[in-house]
Parts: sequence; C-alpha cells; structure tokens
Amino acid sequence: MNIHEYQAKELLRDFGVKVPRGHVAYSVDEAVEAAEKLGTDVTVVKAQIHAGGRGKAGGVKVAKGLDEVRTYADEILGKVLVTHQTGPEGKEVKRLLIEEGCDIKKEYYIGVVLDRATSRVVLMGSEEGGTEIEEVAAATPEKIFKEVVDPVVGLAPYQARRLAFNMNIPHELINKAVGFMTSLYEAFVAKDCSIAEINPLVTTGDGEVLALDAKLNFDDNALYRHPDIVELRDLDEEDEKEIEASKHDLSYVSLDGNIGCMVNGAGLAMSTMDIIKYYGGDPANFLDVGGGATAEKVTEAFKIILSDPNVKGIFVNIFGGIMKCDVIAEGVVAATKEVGLQIPLVVRLEGTNVDLGKKILNESGLDITPANSMADGAQKIVSLVK
Amino acid sequence: MGVFVDKDTKVIVQGITGGTARFHTKQMLEYGTKIVGGTSPKKGGTEVEGVPVFNTVQEAVEATGATASVIYVPAPFAADAIIEATDAELDLVICITEHIPVLDMVKVKRYMEGKKTRLIGPNCPGVITADECKIGIMPGYIHKKGHIGVVSRSGTLTYEAVHQLTEAGYGQTTAVGIGGDPVNGTNFIDVLDAFNKDPETEAVIMIGEIGGTAEEEAAQWVKENMTKPVVGFIGGATAPPGKRMGHAGAIISGGEGTAEAKNRVMKECGIAVAETPSVMGETMIKLLKEKGLAEKCKTH
Repeated sequence: MNIHEYQAKELLRDFGVKVPRGHVAYSVDEAVEAAEKLGTDVTVVKAQIHAGGRGKAGGVKVAKGLDEVRTYADEILGKVLVTHQTGPEGKEVKRLLIEEGCDIKKEYYIGVVLDRATSRVVLMGSEEGGTEIEEVAAATPEKIFKEVVDPVVGLAPYQARRLAFNMNIPHELINKAVGFMTSLYEAFVAKDCSIAEINPLVTTGDGEVLALDAKLNFDDNALYRHPDIVELRDLDEEDEKEIEASKHDLSYVSLDGNIGCMVNGAGLAMSTMDIIKYYGGDPANFLDVGGGATAEKVTEAFKIILSDPNVKGIFVNIFGGIMKCDVIAEGVVAATKEVGLQIPLVVRLEGTNVDLGKKILNESGLDITPANSMADGAQKIVSLVK
Repeated sequence: MGVFVDKDTKVIVQGITGGTARFHTKQMLEYGTKIVGGTSPKKGGTEVEGVPVFNTVQEAVEATGATASVIYVPAPFAADAIIEATDAELDLVICITEHIPVLDMVKVKRYMEGKKTRLIGPNCPGVITADECKIGIMPGYIHKKGHIGVVSRSGTLTYEAVHQLTEAGYGQTTAVGIGGDPVNGTNFIDVLDAFNKDPETEAVIMIGEIGGTAEEEAAQWVKENMTKPVVGFIGGATAPPGKRMGHAGAIISGGEGTAEAKNRVMKECGIAVAETPSVMGETMIKLLKEKGLAEKCKTH
C-alpha cells in the first residue's frame, strides 16, 4: 500500500526523522492559510499523488509570498500530472502539501528496502541525491553504498556512521545523519514498510539533515496489524477495479489490452498473459481467482473483467487440482448467465473431472468456445477478438 | 527415492484442526503419506481423520517420531509455527501459509541460521515424491513416478508442468514448490543441488517468475555444477514494472527481475528455455532426446 508524501512525513516525524514543517491543503484557500501559518519567506507548493517525477511534470513550485502560493495552488490543484510513473493517462491532483522552504546545501539519497538475495533489510545511501536511484545505479554504481541489517540487533550505529562517511556527509553533520538513519530504520520496521525512500535527503545552510521528500510503501500482508496505516489509504489513487477485486479476495491488476483473463494461481495467471501476447493478443488484466475458486468468486471475477470497457473477449484458464473441473464449469455457466455475457468466451479446463467439466460447458447452450490446452485457448481468443 | 521426502517420512500437521488442514490431511493420508500426528493448541488429546492431536510440536515429535511438519496455520501465527518446528529439531518444515508479513520471515530466516531444520516455502504448494509421499496441497493424481525433478516458485505452473510430463509418458521423482514470497527457506540452488545428487533424477524443470534474481543465481550455479540437463521457464514476461502479480515476490522493481533478463541468463548458462508455458513438457522431451535420455525417462 502507498501513502502520500505529507502522510509519510507526518509518520516519520513521530519516529524522530527530521522533516520540514508543512500542512496538507485540499483547496486554494486552505493552501494560502497553510502558508500563512508557516510564516516563512519561501513556501513550496507540492502536488500530492502516488507517483514520482512530480517536479518535472510541473507539480512542485517554489512560491515567494502568499500571492504566489495562491497562483501555484490554483494552477496545480485539479491538474492532471503525467509522469514516468503515472502512465499516459496521468493522475489528477486533489491534495497539496504546503511546506516551508529550506536553504539546501546538498542533496543525498537514502533508501531502506528488503534485499531478497540476503533476506535482510538493507539501508542504501548515495551522495547522488535528487535523481532516480536506478539512474545512479546504472551510471555510477560505485556511488551507492549498502549496509545489511541484522534483524536481531537492528541498525548498528557504526553501520549508519560508515554509510554517512561513504556518502561524504560533512563531518559536523555525521551525528545528525546517524540519528536520521536510525529513526528511519526504526520507522521501517515498526510499520512494516516495504520501501522507505528519502530522495532527496538534504543538508541545509543552518546545519540540519532533513527529508525533503519521503516515499513510504507498506507490506500488504502486514496491514492487519497496522490499522493506523490502513486509515491513510487514498482510494482516489487506486484503480477502481483493483479495489473491487480486493474486496472479494481476488488478485487483480489492470492492464491496457482487450483480452480479459481469469486464471487460478498467480504463476499460471502471469503465464496466461504471456501466452496471449505470444500469439499476438493483448491481455487486459492479471486475475488470480485463487486455489479454491467458487461459483461466487468466478461471478465476481467476470463482473470485474467486464467493467473494463476495453475488454472484447475473455479467456478462462483453470487447472483444477483440488478444485474439481465440474464445479468450476458450473461456476462459469452460472456466472455467464448472471452477467449476460455478450463477448467471446474461451474456456480451457484441465485437471480433476475435466471430461465432466467440458460436458457441462457443452450442454449449457451458451456460446462458450472450449480449448484443449493453454496454447489452443490463447490462439482461439486472439483470433476471436481480432 | 527423490529428494527431501519419501515413503518413510513421518509427518505432523501444524494447525491440523483448521478447515484447510483437515481437508488436506485427508487428501495426504489417501495418497499414502505417513501423517502421524497434528498440533493445535488446547486441542491435544483429540483426533482429526484418526490422527492424534497434540498441544505442541515438541509433544507431537516425542510421541510419534515425526521428522517433518507441514504448516497450515493462518499468516499472523505462521512465523511462530516455523520457529516452534525449528526448536523441535525437525529435519523439514513445509509452510503452505501465504500472506506472511515479510519482516516476520526476515526474523525467522535469521533464527534458523545454523540450525538443522530445512524450511520449504512459505506460500508454496508443498513437496511430493510421486507414489511415495505428498506433503502440501497439490493434486496427487497428476504425478507419476519417474525421473524428472521439478522445482518451482508457482503452484499451478508446477501442476501444468507435471501434467504435461505425465501426459507425454514421462514420470517425475519429486516436485518441490519453493513458494512465491520474496523471503523463503529453500531456494532454487538448494533443490537443484539435491536433484543433482539424487540417483533417480535424470533431468530437472525449473519454473521461475519475475522479481528478484534467484533464477539468475540458480542458472549460474547450473552452469558451474549441474551434471543433469535443465529446462527453464519464467512466468511474467508481459507484467508491467512496479506491479505485484499476485505473489508477493513477483514484482519488477528498479529494473531488476524481468523475465527477459532471466531468460537471457538461463540461455547463457546452458538451460533449455521453454518459450511458452504450454511447451514446458515438450521442451524437456526434446532435450532428453538430444541427450539420449528419452528412453530411460519414458516411464509409461
């Protein structure tokens, strides 16, 4: 789960991570009020959307005086920002962060992530702040330093110090940087983050080390123990179909194509998208109905797939293991009738009671195209939607 | 033979009184697996499917001599269940549970370092040695005894591969699901190494998916150590970056973990890559013919 920058900064502040003062604003008047409250000469007006690259897209402006705050807030609120992370359709700005300006001396990068290779949490730092860390990794990998954290002892002070030295943070600010990193790591662990990225981390003219930006993502599997984080969820930032799917315990990801997919198992669901593409089609979604697909789940899955106006055909690919094919076939038939399916449907069933399942589909009187294998099904649905 | 489990493996079921566990306990018993006990706190002294239930893993192990366990407990309690099994000094713990918080697994993995217990999973279908022992949730009947080892991060893709092999007349030794989570117990290399040493296994299918670099590391290991032919397949070639594809570990992030990169490295390391999931079996059979192993591996 993602949250907004202003929420991330409030959360980090509670853990002792130094961040600039700021307030969220939902309207131009609120933005001006917030700037008045801050009372600083320079104020930053920042678009709050769940995507990076906001500055380049015109979503971050530095205002001198309240008139400029008003002008920029008016300009950014309601604007659709298109960044490298939003997709071509962009995201509408509905919230602003009004923040005190600060005298930046230098920008750095700090990130906390899970390192899969070591199965440990890793703190990454670089003196190349402000740009995408992937770009730094590609151009100057020697400028990225890592500290692998033992979960039993946590981030050792010497590790934070070593990282700060490697990042070339000025000696007089090392202690503040160590404090910053320690608090950031503690927040990461306490709140079950999957990413905590501070880009840039800045040193200022008045000798502070603070987070100019903050991106926090959370492990969905741990949300059950963080009701306070769940409260921060902004449904405007998420795909409607994905929200609906999560209510029914379906794993769904929206894509750009026109062939809806319904599959059991994540690996098979991914591979079904792949094989559609392989035969020249374009998948409209990833959808895993789970190992125990019931008629109800199949029906809900159909409804979600069909709520995407781009979908011109559906490919159901089920390997019935524990779940029997006849039960799934009945679910497909019931769902097809309930939603009044008007577009081509190709069904590939394999596994337990497959013959009985196929018989149920054939005798349903519905216009269902059966397939004998994944490849056969993919080819059939691709030609049917062409 | 096969790897990790065989007809003599004695298994306990952790969380045996839950609905899923009851169902699969019955299925495993029907397959012939030696399920000798189960655990469920405060339910000690009762029975499930004729199997005695104990309050703790320690008691269950002392009473039954079990050396392996399978975990079906809900995600919030699963890390504790793995630690309990580790402290009871079981040889093998297979964790079926999905949705375990990743930082729980980071701690568990650290705790298990240097201990004798091997963890398989979490978020996996389990392990099956055909006609001998099934521990997990896979459909038993698709498996036939033979000479192909299967290792996979995905459940249904494993079934797909096994089914294709069985249909074509090529049986398997053991199919191992290592799970779709970013932090897991046993990795590809551990399983490949076990297959390499298993006299019954003649060739291996390795099924990966996007996210992380486990497949690349495994491919490198294959190039340097594997004496048996390997077929590889990666799911998720069309998955967009930054989106989690069902499995917690199936995500392309920071340009790392693409199917393209994994396929390239596998090819460079001499692994025969299946172009689509429909031809995993075919690719294996073609490879066996090239290596002169087809006759030996054709089982039915």
